[in-house]
Amino acid sequence: MGLGLMLNKLSEGMATSVLIFVLTLLFSLPLGLLVALMRMSRHKVLQNLMRIYISVMRGTPLMLQLLVVYFGPYYIFGIKLSPNYRFWAVIIAFVINYAAYFAEIYRGGIASVPSGQYEAAKVLGYSSSQTFLKIIFPQMIKRIIPPITNEVITLIKDTSLAFAVAVTEMFTVAKALASAEKTMTAYVFAGVFYYVFNLIVAFVMENIEKRLNYYRL
Amino acid sequence: MEIFSINDVRKSFSTQTDVLCGMSLSVQKGEVVAIIGPSGSGKSTLLRCATLLETMDSGELVYEGIKAAWNGPAGNVVYAPEETLKKIKSKFGLVFQNFNLFPHYSVLKNVTDAPICVQKRQKEEVFEEALTLLKKMGLSDKADAYPFQLSGGQQQRVSIARALAMNPDILFFDEPTSALDPELTGEILHVIRDLAEEKMTMVIVTHEIEFARIVANRVVFIDAGVIIEEGNSDKIIRNPENERTKAFLRKLNL
Repeated sequence: MGLGLMLNKLSEGMATSVLIFVLTLLFSLPLGLLVALMRMSRHKVLQNLMRIYISVMRGTPLMLQLLVVYFGPYYIFGIKLSPNYRFWAVIIAFVINYAAYFAEIYRGGIASVPSGQYEAAKVLGYSSSQTFLKIIFPQMIKRIIPPITNEVITLIKDTSLAFAVAVTEMFTVAKALASAEKTMTAYVFAGVFYYVFNLIVAFVMENIEKRLNYYRL
Repeated sequence: MEIFSINDVRKSFSTQTDVLCGMSLSVQKGEVVAIIGPSGSGKSTLLRCATLLETMDSGELVYEGIKAAWNGPAGNVVYAPEETLKKIKSKFGLVFQNFNLFPHYSVLKNVTDAPICVQKRQKEEVFEEALTLLKKMGLSDKADAYPFQLSGGQQQRVSIARALAMNPDILFFDEPTSALDPELTGEILHVIRDLAEEKMTMVIVTHEIEFARIVANRVVFIDAGVIIEEGNSDKIIRNPENERTKAFLRKLNL
């Protein structure tokens, strides 16, 4: 197989990997915030439910969660889903897994805002939603950028787990090409792809961090 | 005219019982009251109860005739409905020991945001007033700076401007100079003295005894959750009658 054809095939997988990455972040970042707020709510039942959810998501392998989401509907409920579900199973599993990690990061970020900020807002008459949106949330974002960057970088590499349910992302394609062609070339390209992808993400995150440098906490 | 009164307030925490054991304080319009006393005596807790940052166990809290809290029939404190409290909150301001400025807002935004977003006042009017306030605080050139770029004294002056921008009828100060380097306390005391000359009603918790004597009309000495002695500031500080007041002042003069 020519190099051009190989790259062509790999690039299809690449597109899928990027799509998994983007969709996961798009849904898990807001979902994580919601989970964090419920985890911090005064409602005991809600609080404990979230505690359990986070604990399970962090305590079991992502690949196992992926298999449960993919096969669960059929084996547990007898629901037959179209082959398209493959891809969505990956997104669902990734979103609920990453939301749990993000939730804990948000929680830490919110808890690290000094109580004086809440008090100042209270005395000035801000409502609790105003206090959160205007005062607490922006300061939380600044604090959590470094740990969020860590998770986002892990996510790039985690997208390769989609091969477990035969979604043809980058790694699946590379593996198939490598065994068909009996050469390492595809792996090398795959490695370069993940590395460059990470470089771009790290660059973007660093820029966000710099943009928030106009003030100090 | 009475601006503020707190009557027979009691408060205890789970970690420390009986922080406030039935204290009462009433402040008239234009009056400057200094609260002095050893640390742990309940000065700050009194201020925090007055500014609704802390709930009282029992007692009554009144601003300009409007009750913010009172003793309920079951012996617990009843707080006024949220709407009333919102109205009451616009009557007072609080200056914190640690400034508590919003670090992500510029100086001007720190001062203008609450009047615009909470009091829903006209932007142009608020900005104009804020710039006048900053000028008065000697911070005209700092409107676009962020809190981290300012000295402690400058930050505290911004926080005073922020409180004043709400047009409060009474201003509380919780040890406004305690977090500052000694050479910076002067500028804050100067600002407060100017406000006193303008007949701003103020309650100041402070360790600056000489400042209290000069600026306050009345000094209240607190110890162990009760008011030990109060009266004309000159008299209380120069000629206290109570032994505990004498002992406290003697320690400071060492």
